[in-house]
Amino acid sequence: MAKFAKKKDGDLPAVSTASLPDIVFMLLFFFMTVTVMKDSSIMVENVLPNASEVKKLEKKDRVIYIFAGKPTREYQGTYGTETRIQLNDKFASVNEVGSYILMERAKKPQELQNVLTTALKVDKNANMGLISDIKSELRKVNALKVNYTTYEGNAFNNLQ
Amino acid sequence: MPRRKGAPEVNAGSMADIAFLLLIFFLVTTTIETDAGLDRMLPPMEPPDTDVIIKQKNIFTVNINKNGQLLADETLMDIKDLREAAIAFLDNGGDGTCTYCKGKKNASSSDNPTKAIISLKNDRETKYGTYITVQNELVGAYNDLRNREAQRLFGRSFVDMEAEYLNPETPSSVRDELKDKVKRIQDLFPQKLSEAETSSN
Repeated sequence: MAKFAKKKDGDLPAVSTASLPDIVFMLLFFFMTVTVMKDSSIMVENVLPNASEVKKLEKKDRVIYIFAGKPTREYQGTYGTETRIQLNDKFASVNEVGSYILMERAKKPQELQNVLTTALKVDKNANMGLISDIKSELRKVNALKVNYTTYEGNAFNNLQ
Repeated sequence: MPRRKGAPEVNAGSMADIAFLLLIFFLVTTTIETDAGLDRMLPPMEPPDTDVIIKQKNIFTVNINKNGQLLADETLMDIKDLREAAIAFLDNGGDGTCTYCKGKKNASSSDNPTKAIISLKNDRETKYGTYITVQNELVGAYNDLRNREAQRLFGRSFVDMEAEYLNPETPSSVRDELKDKVKRIQDLFPQKLSEAETSSN
């Protein structure tokens, strides 16, 4: 039976790597779709407090961010060490918050304008005075849904 | 000299390398994280038309001073005890109309969970971290009570149900069913957390 030629031993068949690009492309597309590019660099210290009863902020397109905290070291020379508000890429004063919210709201599509959430990313060493000022500004422009963004963890760690 | 073959075949062997390069770039830049935090609703600017008279015993006042000390219902309290105290207050059921309450039915505490209000006041110099801890404990008190009722009525925790309800990937048929349940639990223990203007002294 010469049809079944005996394989020479010690001679492994080569594994085809032709599908390797396909696999890599698959992974590539996955990471491409889940990637979110950072759109603003944070210019304030932003160590968020911990909380355990958190809810996830679904859908990033419905969120407006407000940062607050002490300016980081490179900005301390020009802006001092008092807690400041950062909107988009620049420092702002409290009375600019309202117009910023209105501006951001106007950028969103019509059907989302009523379901927007304002995420407050505030450093845990900030004073409540500033937060209250921000909150009263938000109330003025009727942006009532807020989310105090926190890390998930034990809330009592904030007290140290 | 005329060409005998068609176009020469391009070697695609380095395609994997290029794809890997891109892959590594996106791997490095990816952050798969969703933000999480405490959801709160601010009160609207214009005050309600009718003045409602609220009995003093239905209000649980929590006061945070600038050193992070806590005054809850006229007594100095450690933040660790706040959740227990808030639960005891909400679950009290003083006038006996609350059928699902398991509290002490103390006549000098809240009448009914639907009437009980927690009022949170803070100083302008209170640390944000402290404020979040207090908020977390108060929200936790509500969640504990709601979980208890959800467990009794539907056999699963409220936090779980709410998360599934809010998740946009849940099919709408399941969502409609959950909506009623979530609403029912929320009505049993409505979250009435009032925040006054901060005091400046």
